[in-house]
Amino acid sequence: MSRIEGRGYSRPETLVSTEWVAEHLADPNVRLVESNEDPLVYPSGHIPGAVEVDWTRDLNDQIRRDYLDREGFEALARRIGITSETTVVFYGDKNNWWACYAYWVFHLFGHTNARIMDGGRLKWHQEGRELVRDIPTYSATEYSAPNREDGEIRAFRDEVLTHVDKGLPLIDVRSPEEYSGERLHMPDYPNEGSLRGGHIPGAASVPWARAVNPTDGTFKTADELREIYEQEKGLKPGDDVVVYCRIGERSSHTWFVLTRLLGYDKVRNYDGSWTEWGNLVGVPIEK
Amino acid sequence: MSRNVDTRYPEKLQDLLDTLSLMDRTGRIQLLIDIAERFESVPSDVAERPFAEEHQVPACESEAYVWVRRLEDGRPKFYFAVENPQGISAKAMAVILDDSLSGRDPKEIAGVSSDVVYEVFGRELSMGKSMGLMGMVSMVTHSAKKLLEPRS
Repeated sequence: MSRIEGRGYSRPETLVSTEWVAEHLADPNVRLVESNEDPLVYPSGHIPGAVEVDWTRDLNDQIRRDYLDREGFEALARRIGITSETTVVFYGDKNNWWACYAYWVFHLFGHTNARIMDGGRLKWHQEGRELVRDIPTYSATEYSAPNREDGEIRAFRDEVLTHVDKGLPLIDVRSPEEYSGERLHMPDYPNEGSLRGGHIPGAASVPWARAVNPTDGTFKTADELREIYEQEKGLKPGDDVVVYCRIGERSSHTWFVLTRLLGYDKVRNYDGSWTEWGNLVGVPIEK
Repeated sequence: MSRNVDTRYPEKLQDLLDTLSLMDRTGRIQLLIDIAERFESVPSDVAERPFAEEHQVPACESEAYVWVRRLEDGRPKFYFAVENPQGISAKAMAVILDDSLSGRDPKEIAGVSSDVVYEVFGRELSMGKSMGLMGMVSMVTHSAKKLLEPRS
């Protein structure tokens, strides 16, 4: 894959290469954060010095369906030893799906000094780079976070209803089977979490992983991404866009692509997503 | 966890669940990683790449495959492939299913609930991950049910 700087991204500084990470392993101003779907992956071996941020235990409120609050984020920041000046580099399994989710949640608290390692674990592993099992510990830091700011990059259901009424663009990043409503649950396991299948009216289907090169997990070039989102689906950089999936994790990957790589400045992630919309009474659904 | 007289799962599987239930999260994860490291992919005399789609576990993003063969006594022996090198949970699940269900009475296997995934890995699995692992269990139990059907 070509160098990040040569791919035409609007904000290339939001991505770092595996080489860059290897050169900054001992940099005290950089904190590597691994976020995975599979809870066994980090303990089985991670980049030296990387800490784990788990999407269920660390990023979500344990009682309500919501993200952690300011105090929770400050406690997390202290635990992983970062200050507001630390450059946090996220990476993980599944083509950085969960890394982008963590990146997005950190942005809710204004921690914008953040990067994604292009290619994630897959590329690091393919390059034969070192993985260790030692769990690093860092001295607790002082971290003062602002209150969570949901308005700019997060959408709620009433806002999505208004968005639909206005005919504004939505991107459904789930699989084609989920989008069509063909697949709602596994055979013999009917409670997948949604009572209705289909998609939000007007949403275009762009499965999230189309944005990456499957061979090494790196992001496609800006031209290749524009071909998908603009030529194929008709988005334009000035559009007000809502992205969603089932709980807002896969769509945070697409949010990263649209905002950081293609430079869209008004994209919100509807994290209620299909587990909320597919259970709401009376909302419109398309199949 | 005390053993009920009427356990929910075949004995060896129930023993593992009992062991896991006594461990904290770190211990459980370490044990599951150790189990995953024992994973051996399907031997070539059972299946060779490219694997047939009918053996692929639906909804499993670790690209897991399941095969069943009858042992001499007619009981099933399960084989697995996990094509994603980072599919550690899928590998652990494959080892657990083979260890605990191969060679058992198909009736017992057919009754194993896919909820066993949560008892093995805990409730913190993502929906996608749990669906994939449950799919592996469902493929195994479905295979056992087919063995119970009268041979034509």
